Amino acid sequence: MPDERYTVHVCHGTGCVSGGAEEVYARLGTIAGSGIRLKRTGCHGFCQQGPVVVIEPDGIFYCRVRVSDVGDIVASLSTEGRPVERLLYGDPAAGRTIIRYGEIPFYRRQERILLRNCGRIDPEDIDDYLATGGYQALSRALEMSPEEIIAEIRRSGLRGLGGAGFPAGRKWEACRRAPGTEKFVICNGDEGDPGAFQDRSVMEGDPHAVLEGMAIAGYAVGAARGYIYVRAEYPLAVKRLQLAIEQARQRGFLGRHILDRDFSFDIEVFQGAGAFVCGESTALVSSMEGNRGFPKPLPRPRTTESGLWGKPTLLNNVKTFAYVPKIILHGAGWFASRGTDKSKGTAVFSLTGKVANCGLIEVPMGTTLRQIIFEIGGGIPDGKRFKAVQTGGPSGGCLPADLLDLPVDFDSLTAAGSMMGSGGMVVVDEDTCMVDLARYFLDFSQRESCGQCLPCRLGTRQMFAILDDITRGRGRPEDLARLEELGRLVARSSLCGLGQTAPNPVLTTLRYFREEYEAHIKGRRCPAGVCGL
Amino acid sequence: MSGELSLVREILAGYGKSRGALIPVLQEVQAALGYVPEGAMVEIARHLGIPASHVYSVASFYAQFRLQPLGRRRIAVCRGTACHVRGAPEILKELEGLTGIREGETSEDLEYTLETVACIGCCALAPCVRVNDEVYGEMTREKVRALFPDSEEAHRDAG
Repeated sequence: MPDERYTVHVCHGTGCVSGGAEEVYARLGTIAGSGIRLKRTGCHGFCQQGPVVVIEPDGIFYCRVRVSDVGDIVASLSTEGRPVERLLYGDPAAGRTIIRYGEIPFYRRQERILLRNCGRIDPEDIDDYLATGGYQALSRALEMSPEEIIAEIRRSGLRGLGGAGFPAGRKWEACRRAPGTEKFVICNGDEGDPGAFQDRSVMEGDPHAVLEGMAIAGYAVGAARGYIYVRAEYPLAVKRLQLAIEQARQRGFLGRHILDRDFSFDIEVFQGAGAFVCGESTALVSSMEGNRGFPKPLPRPRTTESGLWGKPTLLNNVKTFAYVPKIILHGAGWFASRGTDKSKGTAVFSLTGKVANCGLIEVPMGTTLRQIIFEIGGGIPDGKRFKAVQTGGPSGGCLPADLLDLPVDFDSLTAAGSMMGSGGMVVVDEDTCMVDLARYFLDFSQRESCGQCLPCRLGTRQMFAILDDITRGRGRPEDLARLEELGRLVARSSLCGLGQTAPNPVLTTLRYFREEYEAHIKGRRCPAGVCGL
Repeated sequence: MSGELSLVREILAGYGKSRGALIPVLQEVQAALGYVPEGAMVEIARHLGIPASHVYSVASFYAQFRLQPLGRRRIAVCRGTACHVRGAPEILKELEGLTGIREGETSEDLEYTLETVACIGCCALAPCVRVNDEVYGEMTREKVRALFPDSEEAHRDAG
């Protein structure tokens, strides 16, 4: 390879592609001269500013790049002149432009470990992954015994990043110990929470990390087959994963006798068909078996004992698997040195809604909501006031301004009535009606209820009907008590996590924003002016 | 229909008789035909050795499967949370006005299908609309109208 003074990274995440990144890349390909290497990368995180172009090694960050800007970018590189001023990020707080992305507040306050490769490597080129130390963890893992790997994962304190936060090491151990010669590893990429896209970004931006983590897991639990369950709405993730699987097979990281050892493991992509409930493990398995996505009735066996086709199955989220190679390579202590007492490592969030800087972020567990929303997110745009932040999607809750100093980890969010969930974080301002937002989530949950158990099927529908009445000015004073009673009932008696958590958006808004409900009912007035009362 | 059926048979030839093939087969049939016709479901059932009622039960459960032909321009309004708080309901209303159909419907001339999708995952560019496979971010009523320069309503507004 000739000496290349610059590498031009063109973000090819779904967001930037929708903004024209492919055209920008193509144009660069036509006019960039020698000395410039072009690289298609996964999501750089600052999707709102897309298409994003980053020039390394200087770290120059260009945003909202159009095809017509490409000429100026190339000219500035070939003359080693000033960066193209109009494409630099303008920091609204400081009132100036910033050249390097590391100095942009959105990036400066983050700690990108899981997302390190996203936006830096070409996800369609295995050599780029190998150049960052890719598949070294697999090689090291195969030198270890399965028990040693599981002990390392346990010591790291890694918890399932799909939302529930179950200790990963314990799950792996249960699957390893489950009797049976045929076992499966499944990666849950059915990110169904509306408002969350971090799993998509990892699958699109660093697909080999997911494959490598799964292969290590396969070796640890004694499985020879793995599946990645990806939702149908993520065609680009499917394409990149399939390409990565192909490349990994060619290089001997997947398939028979991996790295010439007595270990065989292969992975297939299974595309979900659009059902939120399939994020629940037994429903996911059921859909892979060619059935409706019904969660299994109670008492149900653990998936680690009886999962796909009744065989022991290890099911973890995309991010959990993507973390595994890093833990094996850097050690459990390295991972556990970040985060809080009970939530180790970092958390990845999709920060969206009424916040100045929207995008994909990663922070150590225990970072406060205020730091995330005001320092990384840059606060609320248009001079509006912060009202609430919604975490955990339809299973989570809305937290008010008083809780802005809450450290974000699995347990503190749950204690506040919300949850980590898959990592959606939607900020809302004074123009958002909390009753309308609760109605929105219940509308989602009642549509997505699989219909199998009565409390969820009818309970969520009934709660939605009451909320709908309130937003239409037909609320009655007794509705609030009824919503709370129904909410507790649905949470307690539903069959699976969907129904058990569906009331959270209602219960938290009733807890923290009761006066808005009362204004709708008693005053026939929507304080945010959203409901046409 | 016979052309469609032979296409379905061709697709089925690539799959074994495992019940686990059902969803991938339905997806492939839909990708080829644009929807899953009744005859295809019967054929799939026969090949996989499962009751046709089971194929229908699965096809009707998942949001992805269409049992009716779709319009040439399939418009999906994202109703994810970020899109909702940034104006997706108005975008949907605008599109209903422009196409003359409601959410979930296909126009009689098979030009448009209008639907909503739970979340495209482009939340930082909310609100989003997807037309066939293209995603359009940061939509406004004006940008929606620009997508449909031929619609009567857009002409009326322009005039």
